[in-house]
Amino acid sequence: MQLESMYQEIILDHYKNPHGRGLRDPFDAEVHHVNPTCGDEVTLRVKLDGDTVADVSYEGMGCSISQASVSAMYDLVVGKPVTQALETGEHFMTLMQAKGDPAVAEKLEDELEDAVAFAGVSKYPARIKCALMSWMALKDASARALSTAPQTGGSN
Amino acid sequence: MTQTASRPGAGAQQVPLPLDVEAIRADFPILSRTVRDGKRLVYLDSGATSQKPRQVLDAERWFYENVNAAPHRGAHQLAEEATGAYEEARAKIGAFIGAPENEIVFTRNTTEAINLVAYALSNAATAKEPEFRAHAVGQGDEIVVTEMEHHANLIPWQQLCERTGATLRWLGLTDDGRLDLSDLATVVNERTRLVAVTQQSNILGTINPIEKIVARAREVGALVLVDGAQSVPHQPIDVTALGADFLVFSGHKMLGPTGVGVLWGRYEVLDALPPFLTGGSMIEVVRMEGSTFMPPPQRFEAGIPMTAQVVGLGAAVDYLNALGMDKVEAHERALTGYALEKLAGIPGVTVIGPPDTVARGGAVSFTVEGIHPHDVGQVLDDLGIAVRVGHHCAWPVVRRYGVPATTRATFYVHTGYDDVDALADGIRAAQKFFGTV
Repeated sequence: MQLESMYQEIILDHYKNPHGRGLRDPFDAEVHHVNPTCGDEVTLRVKLDGDTVADVSYEGMGCSISQASVSAMYDLVVGKPVTQALETGEHFMTLMQAKGDPAVAEKLEDELEDAVAFAGVSKYPARIKCALMSWMALKDASARALSTAPQTGGSN
Repeated sequence: MTQTASRPGAGAQQVPLPLDVEAIRADFPILSRTVRDGKRLVYLDSGATSQKPRQVLDAERWFYENVNAAPHRGAHQLAEEATGAYEEARAKIGAFIGAPENEIVFTRNTTEAINLVAYALSNAATAKEPEFRAHAVGQGDEIVVTEMEHHANLIPWQQLCERTGATLRWLGLTDDGRLDLSDLATVVNERTRLVAVTQQSNILGTINPIEKIVARAREVGALVLVDGAQSVPHQPIDVTALGADFLVFSGHKMLGPTGVGVLWGRYEVLDALPPFLTGGSMIEVVRMEGSTFMPPPQRFEAGIPMTAQVVGLGAAVDYLNALGMDKVEAHERALTGYALEKLAGIPGVTVIGPPDTVARGGAVSFTVEGIHPHDVGQVLDDLGIAVRVGHHCAWPVVRRYGVPATTRATFYVHTGYDDVDALADGIRAAQKFFGTV
């Protein structure tokens, strides 16, 4: 069975016990993203504190991969500067395009923490979108939050 | 060899199958390949697209190697023979549904056939030819669909209404996966110009009572378009008995090539419609100031047609005729009954759609408690079993039944009890893998 390469124990743990799930107030931007090929959905809110991601809260329905991905993302980005969070998203995208190349996963392991477990997903083109949906939603919500939120915590 | 062996303790009944599955499988080259590290391919996704027997592939190759030329133009021998092959296939495909050849229009697929009609109805409103305006749709008119439709038989009608100011209305669904016809008399009324309905649901498997809808449409003078994408490949169809004005279907779901679909229309209705796509092949006289058009079916076949694919579809029709559509239907009914029994025996599995084989085709959609359909599909794929997961291009249907998506198995002429057994075993494997049992 090759299934274990996709469904790493870490992924199943996030799926069964998601971190940070639920929509919370206050927030600066809310987005709703869908995967039109399968109907998976996520509603995601971002709260910024200056340039820092103060909170990401979400509700969604979808497969284990999409649900585990948003949970792992929550762990990675909350408390980080927005620019770093988005950079991590870019690196997660790189991992998803790696077609299962272990060298790519190894290089990104320290930065992506639990999310590096999704390396196996990159071997299944139909499932890559599932893993990426929440990261796309974060990128979208962050951009909106940055363009609309009043600048707080800055001196000017 | 006909599969009749019954596994002790398996529960579900295996009646003798009408088709010789082993002999048929030998005709499908793809079924001899393996997937996912040497597993036998269990192809339960014919509802999305069917596999092709060697006879269909040979027919396409024969066309390209022997007679390839542009049909209906050119005076050379190849052009004559290509035209002959194209038109012979048209006659054959027409006969398959009991229609004369001049009522058969080739399109890219079912989706394009439906769009052809939808655009013809809005083009009719502005046609310079008075004879093309009979079926024009405009403000105050109504188009009726059902909540069961594939997106291909929904979006073109939504768009037609948006273009013309007409109103879209629809028949709902009952809890047991049937059309709710209780308000048929009010939803289909004097304002209705066309009713578009599927004959077999691609997700629920339901076979709809087209005759009741046709009868009501006739009372109010509305046209009826039947989506036969999931019915023409799987049951005998006679358009005269059907009583509708249009029947649309795709070649690739009935053992034929991709890239060819069919619009059947009653001749007098087709003849009163303006063209959808325009260009070469469909014109009578062209002047810089304006042009006139050929009668059907050529009026609706602009440009060089998908000649080789039409020839391939003709071969698919030959193949199905040789098996016998009565037998194809009975074969799939036996498999469906068996599958419904097998799935009913797995705790946590819920079939979305009619629970028995009464007025039901072979699309079996289901959910597995605690496991998302994508994950069910992934485990099945790992075992070599190809199914469809998602909303099956029928998003309103999954929403109606309160599920995000389903897993769907569909059957065809090469499907045997061993395939259904593999599916049931695979579902149990998924439950074990995700620890839900």
